[in-house]
Amino acid sequence: MTAQYTLRGVQHRYGTRTVLSLDALEILQGEVLAIVGPSGAGKSTLLRLLNFLEPPTDGVITFDGQTVTARPPLDLIRRVTTVFQRPVLLDRNVHDNVAFGLRLRGQAVDGRVDAALAHVGLSGLDRAQARKLSGGEMQRAALARALVIEPEVLLLDEPTANLDPYNVGLIEGILAAQNRERGTTLVLVTHNVFQARRLAHRVALLWDGRLIEVNRTADFFDSPSDPRSAAFAKGEVAY
Amino acid sequence: MVETFLPIVTLSLVVSGVALGIASVLGFPLGAWLALANVPGKRVIEALIYTGMAFPPVVVGLVVYMLLSRSGPFGDLGWLFTTNAMIVAQVVIAFPMVAGLTQTAIDGLDPALRLQLRALGASSPQVMWTLLTEARAGVLSALIAAFGSIISEVGAVMLVGGNIEGQTRVMTTAIVLETRQGNFELALALGALLLSLTFLINFAVIRLGQRREAPAR
Amino acid sequence: MSTFTRLAKWIGVIALLTTTACGTPATPTPSASQPSATTTAVVATEPPEPTATTAPTQAPTEPATATSAPATATTAPTEAPTTAPAATETVAPTVAAASLPTAAGPRGKLILATTTSTADTGLLAAILPYFEARENLDVQVIAVGTGQALAIGAKGDADVVLVHARSQEDKFVADGFGIDRRDVMYNDFVIVGPVSDPAGIRDLPKAKDALAQIAAAAAPFASRGDGSGTHTKERSLWTAAGITPASGANGYVALGQGMGETLTYANETGSYTLTDRGTWLARQSGLTNLVLLVGGTSVKTNPDTSLYNPYGVIAVNPAKFPKANYEKAALFIEWITSLSIQRRIYEFGRDLYGQSLFYPVAQTP
Repeated sequence: MTAQYTLRGVQHRYGTRTVLSLDALEILQGEVLAIVGPSGAGKSTLLRLLNFLEPPTDGVITFDGQTVTARPPLDLIRRVTTVFQRPVLLDRNVHDNVAFGLRLRGQAVDGRVDAALAHVGLSGLDRAQARKLSGGEMQRAALARALVIEPEVLLLDEPTANLDPYNVGLIEGILAAQNRERGTTLVLVTHNVFQARRLAHRVALLWDGRLIEVNRTADFFDSPSDPRSAAFAKGEVAY
Repeated sequence: MVETFLPIVTLSLVVSGVALGIASVLGFPLGAWLALANVPGKRVIEALIYTGMAFPPVVVGLVVYMLLSRSGPFGDLGWLFTTNAMIVAQVVIAFPMVAGLTQTAIDGLDPALRLQLRALGASSPQVMWTLLTEARAGVLSALIAAFGSIISEVGAVMLVGGNIEGQTRVMTTAIVLETRQGNFELALALGALLLSLTFLINFAVIRLGQRREAPAR
Repeated sequence: MSTFTRLAKWIGVIALLTTTACGTPATPTPSASQPSATTTAVVATEPPEPTATTAPTQAPTEPATATSAPATATTAPTEAPTTAPAATETVAPTVAAASLPTAAGPRGKLILATTTSTADTGLLAAILPYFEARENLDVQVIAVGTGQALAIGAKGDADVVLVHARSQEDKFVADGFGIDRRDVMYNDFVIVGPVSDPAGIRDLPKAKDALAQIAAAAAPFASRGDGSGTHTKERSLWTAAGITPASGANGYVALGQGMGETLTYANETGSYTLTDRGTWLARQSGLTNLVLLVGGTSVKTNPDTSLYNPYGVIAVNPAKFPKANYEKAALFIEWITSLSIQRRIYEFGRDLYGQSLFYPVAQTP
């Protein structure tokens, strides 16, 4: 498998505080990588770098073989998107929310929005005000909004953290299918070890901004190479 | 009577409408930029804008007069005592209100929204435009407040427009003239007309805003 | 017509307005849009047809139809000294206006800064259309106090000023801001006050004595306090009376407002005030608490020559302000001091008030 991203010597600082310091990380095309770690470990920061929303203070990121500049072109940013823990929907109806990314890109909306809504189980709610949906419906609408633009990489920041088991199951099913059928690369930040286990091909542990271990999921959980990984896998780490 | 006041009412609406349009074209981006940007001089610009909102319109008129005077720096334009001068003065009055209230409106939005918009691939102008439409209730209030302040303003337009009959006489300066001549009834009627017009326009704008927001399940 | 009927009518127009807001030409004729009763009466006797006045602008491309109009006059009306025939003309003004050559080319403009009394009485609306038609230009009237009118002139923002404060006018000329000063007309000032006349000044022959008595009685006196011609005159009268009034003391208040507002204030508070006779006559019917006390029933019978109120016209100095329209300003001065216009100034207001509001001095009609 070829690398979607390679990170070399990436450091990210806010003022004098170093929040991220990664010697080397590769994310492979078409894989599902789970990023786990205690809160404040730098997981969300990493996602922002991977979505090119801010450049790293130091180091080099390459995407699809090309070095990413400090001010990446819009075309590059548009190959990746993020679904956040809290779905931030526009004060419009569901249809317009899902069509938003397509319209930004000047692409035809046609039946793509309807198909995306059907895909996440929101058919018939297209004319509803987005902010009047339930939490699970909102997150599914946000997922549809991300999937409809057919990103090469989908970044997910605790996408099911506050949801009920029904919606968690629904969303996990959609994500797995997206990766399996479309080959979309998924980077999933989660604190839920079970979710990581269910979805990910590989798991990476971040701790104080450093990469402790990256391993195939089964190995990460069954034979961790670092005591911190072991503690995390057993659920002994407080978030 | 109608033939007499129709041009005055029309001119009021045209001058204030054009001024509001220009103030919006300048004020929306500045307000959005102030809400989004994180630059060192931002606080100073904000303070300037809020000072501008508190500036007495007649002083604005005086400054515009000095600038457009034949012995001023922009005398060559020949704008003094024309509707152009009135529009300039009204833009100066309305612009800080539009910019300041737009910034406040956007500041009131969910801060996570900006990150989400950029993550979805919005360019900077697209982010700005989307935030403006998301804050439309506040932006509409900015427009209404600015329009109300310039359509009812008298000191500045009197000074730079000259209240020339048939050319720069608007409703407020006509009211002053009628009052000066002791025609209180007429002045009052004009005032009532101004009030009704402003009410109708505000009502229409608010209705327009509501329609966009109405749930259409 | 009651206020409410008018109001209802206007509101009915709003719908029309909103649909045609930008397309409506906003150029009413001066006589039609002057709302004072004075003008209506004047227009009735002296009807410069509004359409005739504006006709040149509406059809500027049409060739001059009048065969009498030579080509040179059509293209350069200023070069032809047609002022003389217009001035000596004794026929009806409508004929004079209509017989003027139709000037081609873009319509010019002349900015006239003047005192409120000339505009508010309706005098300018009654005479200016003739000049506008003859010269194919718009006279833009900025009606403010004499002080502000001269200040506008001193910045070069007007082309010609028509004001009434001789000392200020002389200073304006001496400072190099204006040239070609000519006397145009005069009227006078009167002292009006409450019917009860607490200071007992009724029919005193000298204004300064009246002011002295008002001060002695500590009776309320409303001053314009705005540097206008009237205010200037009032201050000179106080000086003559040997008194230096201070606002807020001894019943004296300086309002900083126009003549109309000051009369309204005096009417409401029972104060004395100094006013020009023209504004007093035009406003008198609404000022039920005030009566004329000093100055006589007409300009001619005013016993006090210090109440004399001369109006002067001054062109803004083109040597100082090259952008000033001196060419037309000079023509305006020549025109307003010409015999026919001086006669018109004399006639103005006689039908309504039984006396002239302004007496010409440049020519004796």
